[in-house]
Amino acid sequence: MTAADSLERIRREESLDSGLNAFVSLAGVRAMETAVGSLSEVGRGTAGNERGVLGGRFVAVKDNLVTLDLPVTCGSNMLAGYRSPFEATAVRLLRKAGGIVVGKTNMDEFGMGSSTENSAWGPTLNPHDRTRVPGGSSGGSAAAVAAGYVSMALGSDTGGSVRQPAALCGVVGIKPTYGRVSRYGLVAFASSLDQIGTFGGSVHDAATLLAVISGHDRRDATSANRPPLSLADIVADPDAQGLAGITIGVPVEYFPDTLDTEVRSRTDRALYHLRAAGATVREVTLPNTDLAVPCYYVLAPAEASSNLARFDGVRFGQRVSAGSLLEMYQATRGEGMGLEVKRRIMLGTFALSAGYYDAYYGTAQRARVNIRADFERVFGQGVDLIFTPTTPSPAFRIGEKIDDPLAMYRQDIFTTPASLAGIPAMSVPIGSVQGLPVGGQLLAPWWEEVTMIQAARVLEATMNAS
Amino acid sequence: MTAWQPVVGIELHAQLGTGRKLFCADRAVFGAAPNTHVCPVCLGLPGALPTLDADAVRLAIRTALALECTVHDRSVWARKNYFYPDLPKGYQITQFEEPLATSGSVEFDSSDGPAVVRIHRIHMEEDAGKSVHDRIAGASAVDLNRAGIPLVEIVTEPDLHEPADVRAFLQTLKRILEYADVGDCSMEEGSLRVDANVSIRRTGDRGLNTKTEIKNVNSFAGVERAIQLEIARQIEVVESGAAVRSETLLWDDHRGVLRFMRAKEDSHDYRYFPEPDLRPLRLSADLIASERDALPELPRARATRFRKALGLSAYAADVLTQTADGADYFEAVANGCNDAQSAANWVMGPVQALMKEHGSAAGDFGIRPDRIVELLELLDAATISDAIAKKVLRWMLEESKAAGTIVSERGLEQVRDTALLVDWIEEVLAAHPGEVERYLDGEAKLVGFFVGRVMGRSGGRADPRQVNALLRDRLRA
Repeated sequence: MTAADSLERIRREESLDSGLNAFVSLAGVRAMETAVGSLSEVGRGTAGNERGVLGGRFVAVKDNLVTLDLPVTCGSNMLAGYRSPFEATAVRLLRKAGGIVVGKTNMDEFGMGSSTENSAWGPTLNPHDRTRVPGGSSGGSAAAVAAGYVSMALGSDTGGSVRQPAALCGVVGIKPTYGRVSRYGLVAFASSLDQIGTFGGSVHDAATLLAVISGHDRRDATSANRPPLSLADIVADPDAQGLAGITIGVPVEYFPDTLDTEVRSRTDRALYHLRAAGATVREVTLPNTDLAVPCYYVLAPAEASSNLARFDGVRFGQRVSAGSLLEMYQATRGEGMGLEVKRRIMLGTFALSAGYYDAYYGTAQRARVNIRADFERVFGQGVDLIFTPTTPSPAFRIGEKIDDPLAMYRQDIFTTPASLAGIPAMSVPIGSVQGLPVGGQLLAPWWEEVTMIQAARVLEATMNAS
Repeated sequence: MTAWQPVVGIELHAQLGTGRKLFCADRAVFGAAPNTHVCPVCLGLPGALPTLDADAVRLAIRTALALECTVHDRSVWARKNYFYPDLPKGYQITQFEEPLATSGSVEFDSSDGPAVVRIHRIHMEEDAGKSVHDRIAGASAVDLNRAGIPLVEIVTEPDLHEPADVRAFLQTLKRILEYADVGDCSMEEGSLRVDANVSIRRTGDRGLNTKTEIKNVNSFAGVERAIQLEIARQIEVVESGAAVRSETLLWDDHRGVLRFMRAKEDSHDYRYFPEPDLRPLRLSADLIASERDALPELPRARATRFRKALGLSAYAADVLTQTADGADYFEAVANGCNDAQSAANWVMGPVQALMKEHGSAAGDFGIRPDRIVELLELLDAATISDAIAKKVLRWMLEESKAAGTIVSERGLEQVRDTALLVDWIEEVLAAHPGEVERYLDGEAKLVGFFVGRVMGRSGGRADPRQVNALLRDRLRA
């Protein structure tokens, strides 16, 4: 499909009342054609070089990654019309590899939400059922891949924001190890948790894009000084031996009585296939799992309350003029930010306040250490991967949880532990329930993305075959 | 003995002279056009991230070692959160619970003799930008050139008790920082900034009472004056039966008064927490050791050595160690001529006078020490007189020539030719018969008069000792 065809299809379908509202901004046809035309032989991938591995493929980019040619709004009125003078490292790398940025995708404002309903530009719809949410916060990217607008997309995952929408939209979503991908140019929500992740219609596509954007970046002090993921390792056809010799742990804490029975049965079926492919499956315990959501909802808002202080109307973005400096701050932030963002800034400010710091932030930091220690222990006991459901239920209806923040936060119970521990995790489609996709989550030890991705490919192949 | 003892602690911010900002590649320069040294990082643009400049860390370590602190192998960056237009990110990256260094000390000469001020802690942080309230009518302007410039904050224990001692301490501290070559240390340019915490207590008490903080002082004299005024104010408050309130005061240097800035209860809750964008700062023992090795001999040690090893007076040792460059200059001269006293007299006297006259310092003075050594050798060999030598010094600078060249070009060698000296003596005596009579009548001090006349006749070139001897001989006859 040409750039013009692709854009035409997106524009046509998205302009309908039933449009998904997956994109916040779209590249111009000419800009895309110029990008395609400027691809060198290497860029087209004909030279078989890793740099050209994306060879002209269309990629959607979450709107919290700064780009030179398109605005960046983070789903917020605060940044309406904002343009960045520099480009995110991940975007630069994907362009260098021959990827063509089609547009910027909708998201929960500043990444805060699990449904993409908290966007100043309206909710994104789930392509499988347009009365339902696509998940969030990277709901636009997940929906764009699920709708076939693009075969791959960038998202960001702070507590599940790639994996949960991937599960709800029936696509693959990978959150790599913290530090694997440079955060330079990712508008920060919670810096110690934020990690850029990838979506794909297949494991191969999501993994390919991840390999392209991975690697050390001196502009991000938290990016690990490691070479990029090897594309050859990642895209190699699954070993003939399948998963022989691989031990997969199944943590009891991820299968509570309240788990949706259909989700449980899909997970069981996936485990059957993993076992059939040669994996040893064994029950494990991660006893601090129930601390993850409360821990996450102290630490992430705490960091966010500081990270979002720069949106003050002084240097960039929207400013609402008012009498005094304080009134200008209040009017600008009051009008520019949505309810959930304000809620989290209040939560985080409170958690860091003198007199409450130790009880909230301090306690949450200690819980984080324990959650991490759970994984260290299990992975230290011969477990190579962990398998869980990605979410407790399939996609919920638009409006169903938006007025109940705690119900919304509980969407993240299976995804926040990996974020807090910094380990790689991904969601793979494992079937559907009444037309709604269900995702299975694979978790791996730090830096073991390759093992995780190979297991995901085995699972994908068996699911496709069944 | 007064009834009240002032208690003063100092918080000093010094810019580290890396020439670069702490967390981005922008240059750090004073006096550039507003907002010309800025980038996405120091502007706090969405998506930008800080990366640490290793040079600034090295200078901070050196600062801490110069103040005899314990440098920690692990320190942690923290965010200090508050809203202000000149703070681009809405937080300052600093160090809080785990600072770079702690537990140092500085020895200085107080009004009571040598005294020690303990250093509580030293941490690194980035500077904020500058708000300008008088440039644009009805609006404030912000210049972010300064935002992100590397600073060390040095916090003392409340060990100072006299305003004059605070000033002496600050001068000593500044001299140490200059020796360690960690930055410009210019209060005028704001590369050195001093806040003072002041309280009073009854003489003999040990506890600490409520303190006030004095900010915005831009000279050491201002610090001394501001503390004097604040102590007097606190005494008046307490003696009137009221209590000192915890508040921040601004020094108005123009009017010489302290102005109320804010009360403690209005102060910010900075909501410090560990900076998630930067890993904890880990320093290897090797790095710390290499900075220790790079540290020059510090002023106090150097002055002591000048006294003990070179036999200088305490005064001379102090003057000659004002700056590291000056002390280096003196030592080069002293070592070259093997006469520390003469070197000290010349460097403190004519050489420094000439430097001052030309607005230069030891580091950039046009006459290098080895040329001073040559001059002193000519003097020592009595090739030229003291008076001639002072003139030669000036010509050395003006003409960029060696002393020997100037002396021979101008024929300035001392005249020791007895026949010529005797001729001049006869001339002088013949011209002053009355003085000769008075001398012969016992007015012995007139010999100086005759020597002076002979020296004048010689154009300053006659060897005065020889003239003296010849005169006495001649007049005895």
